Amino acid sequence: MTRIAVVDYGAGNLVSIDQALRAAGADVVLARAEVDLDGADGLIVPGVGAARPAMDRLRRRGLVEPIRRWIAADRPFLGICLGMQLLFEGSDEDGARALGALPGRAVRLVAAPRLPHIGWNAVRRLRPHPLFAGVAPDAPFYFVHSYAALPAGPGAAELALAVTDHGPDFVSAVARGRLTGVQFHPERSGADGLRLLANYTSLARGVA
Amino acid sequence: MLTVRVIPCLDVAGGRVVKGTRFVGLVDEGDPPELAERYAREGADEIVFLDISAAPEGRATLRDIVERTARRAFVPLTVGGGVRTPSEMRDVLRAGADKVSLNTAAVADPDLVRRCARRFGSQAVVVAIDARRTAVAAGAPVAWEVVVKGGREATGLAAETWAERAVELGAGELLVTSIDRDGTQAGFDTALLQAIAGRVPVPVVASGGAAGPQDFVAAVIEGGASAVLAASIFHRRQHSIAAVKAAMGAAGIPVRPVPADAA
Repeated sequence: MTRIAVVDYGAGNLVSIDQALRAAGADVVLARAEVDLDGADGLIVPGVGAARPAMDRLRRRGLVEPIRRWIAADRPFLGICLGMQLLFEGSDEDGARALGALPGRAVRLVAAPRLPHIGWNAVRRLRPHPLFAGVAPDAPFYFVHSYAALPAGPGAAELALAVTDHGPDFVSAVARGRLTGVQFHPERSGADGLRLLANYTSLARGVA
Repeated sequence: MLTVRVIPCLDVAGGRVVKGTRFVGLVDEGDPPELAERYAREGADEIVFLDISAAPEGRATLRDIVERTARRAFVPLTVGGGVRTPSEMRDVLRAGADKVSLNTAAVADPDLVRRCARRFGSQAVVVAIDARRTAVAAGAPVAWEVVVKGGREATGLAAETWAERAVELGAGELLVTSIDRDGTQAGFDTALLQAIAGRVPVPVVASGGAAGPQDFVAAVIEGGASAVLAASIFHRRQHSIAAVKAAMGAAGIPVRPVPADAA
């Protein structure tokens, strides 16, 4: 059975994501310390809210360096919402330094008609990726955020996997090797969201 | 393009979904998680649970309802009623809610909005505003007053003023209910919606008075709402979510298609 560690650091609810992964046949471990990553095939960092308190909580639990090492080893990783933004160097929201695994920062969607960006919006894929296998092109997913990652710097151009418009386009999914991140909430996005989490479970198992 | 949400609202008391007219005359309408799952299957873009009993023992019941719902319906959940502190909000979020809606407690203690937003982010904090038209002289502009405690107590606070203040404090969304229209099926108060949506940068959810699909269209086009909420017309199967979305789509409003087997 594929074991997925979901980082539990007090940033948002884990009930739906836990249930969605179980429905996909995964063995779910809520990871509150480094030891909980032992034996995991995949790692998910969910999260909502601001970057600084999230990074502080990860640090207090001794999870920052284990997550960095996991990513550096190109092991299967999925960041969701704030968990995607934390992959970058930092956030304009509160000036926090984040994990720095990807080049760029989280920036406010200043040209958006209304913020937060709350609701279902089309995720337009720029290239094929197994994370979206079986999901219709431009399928809508559920978003709730005011900041989004803006890849910038060396390697940034190849990161974007999908874009979404709220005002101008922003990057709504990234992938590099086995590192993936989505700005939307697959655990709140109905059948397509369940499919994406099942695809991620397959990727973690190494069969997709 | 961001789609406009259609949101069934489940008023919960004693572990059951209930609905009354103007917050009184409650009628049992079913089991909350079961109804929520049905709506998710039928294309609901979000589910709102409002604990209208707001009794201390009701909160544990509501958390249980939220958790059972989050395990079977993979759509966003908003919960309102009885949350008075950030730690109560944390408990509701941990049970599986995405957003918590603050109403009476926020009017009594506006700083609660700021504390909750700082701790959980603005995107998780909805301020629910129950508004009632005030008597004005003939020819004078219409005005609305905030009412609390389920519409039983007037505050003297102008609805637009409170809306702006709530957003300054950190509310990421406003759920605006016309108490005059709630449960009456007389249509949304689009003038109220427009007065608030025109003043704040955050999404406004229209509530109170839906009778048919064209009311949803009016709430968006005339009222400027980003989402539209209704209860009885869905519970009693007077109109399906598919029918409401079809009317909105025909009026040029972007909506998320309902699942193929629900249309």
